[in-house]
Amino acid sequence: MKDNKNIFPKTPTGVDGLNEITGGGFPKGRPTLICGSAGCGKTVLAIQFLIKGITEYNEPGVFMSFEESAKDLTQNVKSLGFDLEKLIAQKKLKVDFVRVERSEIQETGEYDLEGLFIRLNHAIDSIGAKRVVLDTIESLFSGLSNTGVLRSEIRRLFQWLRDKGVTTIITGERGDTTLTRQGLEEYVSDCVILLDFRVIEQIATRRLRIVKYRGSTHGTNEYPFLIDENGVSVLPITSLKLEHTTSSEIISTGLPGLDKLFSSGGYYRGNCTLITGAAGTAKTILAAYFALNSCKRKERVLYFSFEESPNQLLRNMLSVGINLNPYVKSKLLLIHSSRPSLHGLELHLLSLHKHIREFKPHTVIIDPISSLVTVGSRGEVGAMLARLMDMLKVHHISALFTSLTHEQPIDYNGSTEEAVSSLVDTWIKVRNEETKNERIRSLYIVKSRGMGHSSAVRDFIVTENGIKIMAAVSLPQEGQNGLEKTVAVSGNGLKHKF
Amino acid sequence: MGKEENWELWLYIAGQTPKSILALENITKYSRDHIRAKYTIEVIDLLKSPQLAEEDQIFAIPTLVRKVPKPLRKIIGDLSDKEKVLMGLNIHPIGAADGK
Repeated sequence: MKDNKNIFPKTPTGVDGLNEITGGGFPKGRPTLICGSAGCGKTVLAIQFLIKGITEYNEPGVFMSFEESAKDLTQNVKSLGFDLEKLIAQKKLKVDFVRVERSEIQETGEYDLEGLFIRLNHAIDSIGAKRVVLDTIESLFSGLSNTGVLRSEIRRLFQWLRDKGVTTIITGERGDTTLTRQGLEEYVSDCVILLDFRVIEQIATRRLRIVKYRGSTHGTNEYPFLIDENGVSVLPITSLKLEHTTSSEIISTGLPGLDKLFSSGGYYRGNCTLITGAAGTAKTILAAYFALNSCKRKERVLYFSFEESPNQLLRNMLSVGINLNPYVKSKLLLIHSSRPSLHGLELHLLSLHKHIREFKPHTVIIDPISSLVTVGSRGEVGAMLARLMDMLKVHHISALFTSLTHEQPIDYNGSTEEAVSSLVDTWIKVRNEETKNERIRSLYIVKSRGMGHSSAVRDFIVTENGIKIMAAVSLPQEGQNGLEKTVAVSGNGLKHKF
Repeated sequence: MGKEENWELWLYIAGQTPKSILALENITKYSRDHIRAKYTIEVIDLLKSPQLAEEDQIFAIPTLVRKVPKPLRKIIGDLSDKEKVLMGLNIHPIGAADGK
C-alpha cells in the first residue's frame, strides 16, 4: 500500500493540529471511527468536524445522535461557541435524534434497520450533506436485543455510507478489551482514532492516538489535546525536520553592554535564547530588557510569566527602571500569567501554541521555562520543548527563556538544562557569587550559534536605573577579588574554561 | 382502556419485502381476532414518505405503532409471535380470556 503513489483524498478535520497528524484529514468519503471512554471528548470532536465543515469548507453535515436530543446537544455545545440552531436554520446542518428506548420497544420476529437507512439518506439528501456523524451507534445494542441483526446491519450501514460517498465519523465507547464495546473497529477499517482521558499526578490530560489509517501515513505518537472555549485542538506537530528559513538580521538584547559581548552586536532574529541561573540572579530583568527592546521596535511581545502576575511583574520591573506599562496599554506587550501546576506540561505548551497563534508576536518570553519542566515527566520534556522551539522558528519568532538552576547540581534541574540548552541558539549563564562581604552578579555567554562571542565573565550590578554591565575584567590575577578566586571557592560544577 | 376509541395502528414498511408482507398479514389477523373496538391499519411505505421515519422515530423495519389509544406503543419485527404482539399492544386475547 505504501508504495502506491495514489494518495487517498482527505477531508480536513476542522480540528487544529489534527490535519497535520493525519496527513491532511480524515479519509474522504469513508468512515472514521473515534473511540474512547465516556467524557473523553468524542462528541465534541465530532460536532466540531461538522461545524467547521460547514463554516470553513462549505460542506453541510448531518449529525445523527443516539444519545442526546437535538435540544440537549445544542445546549451542550453552546459553551464551545457552536451555534447549532443558526446552522440548522440555514439548512447547513441537520440533527436527527434516534431515540432507542428498550422499555418502549417490543421485538417480535425478523426485522432490519432499513428505517435508519432511509432516515439517514433523507437527512443527507435534504441538505446535500458531505459529512455525517453517528454518535454513538452502539446505543442500538442497549435498546435492541437481536445483536446478530444489529451487527450485520451496522456493517451494511458502513458500506452504504462508503457508497454514498460521505465522510463519516462514528463514535464508539471504549470496551474492556476492545476499542469499542461491540468491536466496531472490525467494520471500520479505514481510520481509527483513540481518545484518552487520564489523570497523572492529579493533572488531567487528554490524549489522541491514531490506531490505524489505511493507505496513509500518519503520526503514531500519542498527542495531547485540549478542549476549551474554542473547541478541540491537538498539539500541532510542526515539522521536526529543521527546514525553516533563517534570518541574518540582528536584534538587540536590549542591553548595550550585553550586545557588545556578541561579535554581531545582538541576537539573530528568530533565535532562541536561554538564560539560566539560580534564584535572584536577575534573569527576569534580562528578559524584560529584551521585551522592552522589542516593544520599542514596535514588535509585539508575548510574555509568559509562570511566577509573577502581570501587575507584579510590571511593578518589579519598574523598580529597576524598566517601564513596560505603556506597551501593555498600547497592546504591544501581552503578559500571560498562569500557575505551572494548573495543567500538565503538554497542555501548557498547547496553550502557549494557541496564544502565540492568536497574538502573533514577534518576540516570546517564557519566564521561567523550568517551571514547566517541573510539571512534566522527564522523558517528555526534550521532545515537547523541541516542538515549541520548532514552532517559534517556523514563525520567525525571537524567543527568550529563563531557567532556574540550583546551586547544587541536582539531577532533575541538570536534565532540564541539558534538554533546553542543546536546542537553543544562545545560552547565557548568570550567577551570584558570594565573597566575603558582598554578592557579585556576573554573566557569561556559554554559546551562541553562528556568531562570535566574548568568552569573558562580566560582572554586573542591578540599580534602580537598570542593569549596568561592568567593564571587562582583564585576565584575572591572583589575589584579586575577581573571578578565578570565586570560582575556586564555589567549586562544584560551575567551572568552565573561559 | 377506552373501548369506544377507534384504534389506529400504523405499520411502517420499506417496500414490499417478505418481512413486511408477513407483518401486515399477522397484524391484520390479530386485529380481526382480538381487537374489540373499531380499528384501522394504515401501511406507511417509507420509500414513498421518508420524512416520516424521523418524525415518528422509526429505525427498524417493519415497525408497528399503536397511535391510538395512547400511550404510543411500538413493536418491531415481522410480528410472528402473537402473544408478544398482543401483549405489546396491551390487548387481552379474546380466545384466551373467554376460554379459561
